[in-house]
Amino acid sequence: MSIPDSASTRERWLQAGLPIVTLALGIWLWHEVVLLYAIPPYVLPGPGVVASTLVSDWGLLSDSLLATLVTTLEGLLLAVAGGIGLAVLFNVSRLIEYSFYPYAVILQVTPVVAIAPLLLIWLPQQAAVLACAWIVAFFPVLANTTLGLNSVDHNLADLYRLYGASRSQMLFRLKLPAALPYILGGVRIAGGLSLIGAVVAEIAAGSAGAGSGLAYRIAESGYRLNIPRMFAALILLSITGIVIFFALSGLSHLLLRRWHESAVRRES
Amino acid sequence: MPPIVALRGVTKTYSNGTLALAGLDLEVRPGEFLSLLGPSGCGKSTALRLIAGLAEPSGGTIAWSGAAAGPPARHDIGFVFQEPTLMPWATVAGNVALPLRLRGTAASEAAPRIAAALERVGLAPFRNAYPRELSGGMKMRVSIARALVTDARLLLMDEPFAALDEITRFKLNDDLIALSGALAKTVVFVTHSVFESVYLSRRIVVMTPRPGRVFTELAIDAPYPRGESFRTSAEYAGYCRIASQALTRAMAAAA
Repeated sequence: MSIPDSASTRERWLQAGLPIVTLALGIWLWHEVVLLYAIPPYVLPGPGVVASTLVSDWGLLSDSLLATLVTTLEGLLLAVAGGIGLAVLFNVSRLIEYSFYPYAVILQVTPVVAIAPLLLIWLPQQAAVLACAWIVAFFPVLANTTLGLNSVDHNLADLYRLYGASRSQMLFRLKLPAALPYILGGVRIAGGLSLIGAVVAEIAAGSAGAGSGLAYRIAESGYRLNIPRMFAALILLSITGIVIFFALSGLSHLLLRRWHESAVRRES
Repeated sequence: MPPIVALRGVTKTYSNGTLALAGLDLEVRPGEFLSLLGPSGCGKSTALRLIAGLAEPSGGTIAWSGAAAGPPARHDIGFVFQEPTLMPWATVAGNVALPLRLRGTAASEAAPRIAAALERVGLAPFRNAYPRELSGGMKMRVSIARALVTDARLLLMDEPFAALDEITRFKLNDDLIALSGALAKTVVFVTHSVFESVYLSRRIVVMTPRPGRVFTELAIDAPYPRGESFRTSAEYAGYCRIASQALTRAMAAAA
């Protein structure tokens, strides 16, 4: 039996409304604390100062936001293409899997902060940042796709063989659709990681004195003790992460809503 | 008439050393409804997989008769698994269309055959539904429609109704009798249910477990179509008693 409509509507309002209330309370508290203790803006700027900086520096910050966003999305796209492509290759040939899988793991477990300086020496700056975003983001896609491709229902695979399916039909009509929920889970993780990779690389690059992304702005503002701008950049970065997460969740829901259990709203 | 397929002295040993079949002799005759009856572990599903070409026998021969006298083109077999085994990402029509799509049948030719197969199992109104929206019995009907869509001459069914409730199972048994009669199919039906095998079959092959081989064979001579009156008749009860005793002796012989 379903819960009465009014109750579920109230539940939804609470779920959407309460975070906004806590946010408002937090900002108000922040404002009061800064005022009460007369904290100077170079230690902790009040919300008003941050907001006005966001507006006055918007030209500079929006350029940086765009740069970070482009790097993150490019890194994510390359990670999705590379992760799925490599997983399919691994699935097609055991020899390729045995030869390269350990190195994919090594690439993943080596902290990207430690690789970034090296990449910045070897590659042009933009390419190095992109490479960092890609390295962190591609492994979850690879690992999840591999799991998904191996999780095909055995009977269904038998059925395909019984009806004489070719290798490409097995891949495109059976394995990839069956792996889709796993792939989308990997992509959702990769979205956040790609942003982290881009930020790490920008900060590493920033200390070398070049760059233009949001993370570079944060490092630069730190040196200049321009803390309000630092906060403004941080807020934009955080919003970027949230937007990416919801966009990918939405994509996942859109692709799975008709058939996968994860996307089906159950009536209790 | 020569048998459609004849298994002679077929053995199957799995790589883990399990001897699933030890010298199975079995003939499938054209147009018959044959049940393989036995407890779990008697290799009846293995026999079905060997006939379907999904596994290779370790010894013995599987001989096909007919036009080519070789193994049939693979799509000339319809297979129904114990689970519905549907693609959750495809609609009912998409699932039924699978064998035709894999063969590269043109959509214009496939559409009427898909519609006809769905009509046969009474699922025409659900063609655009997704499997998760269907009940267990309806999913099994989709699975049967998929096996019918290629108009294969041989239908292999591996305990297809074992997971269903009794009411649904009776209904599907009735429908299956009607279908196999109307379409003149040859059916090999694997089951561990005495009642189901007697109700459905023209001939029952009782198998012994570990390793699997044929223990005995029973003919069920009641005329088709069979229905509720047969299910409640003394004749049916008598056949069930005979089959049940045969099964008990088969298990005792193996122990």
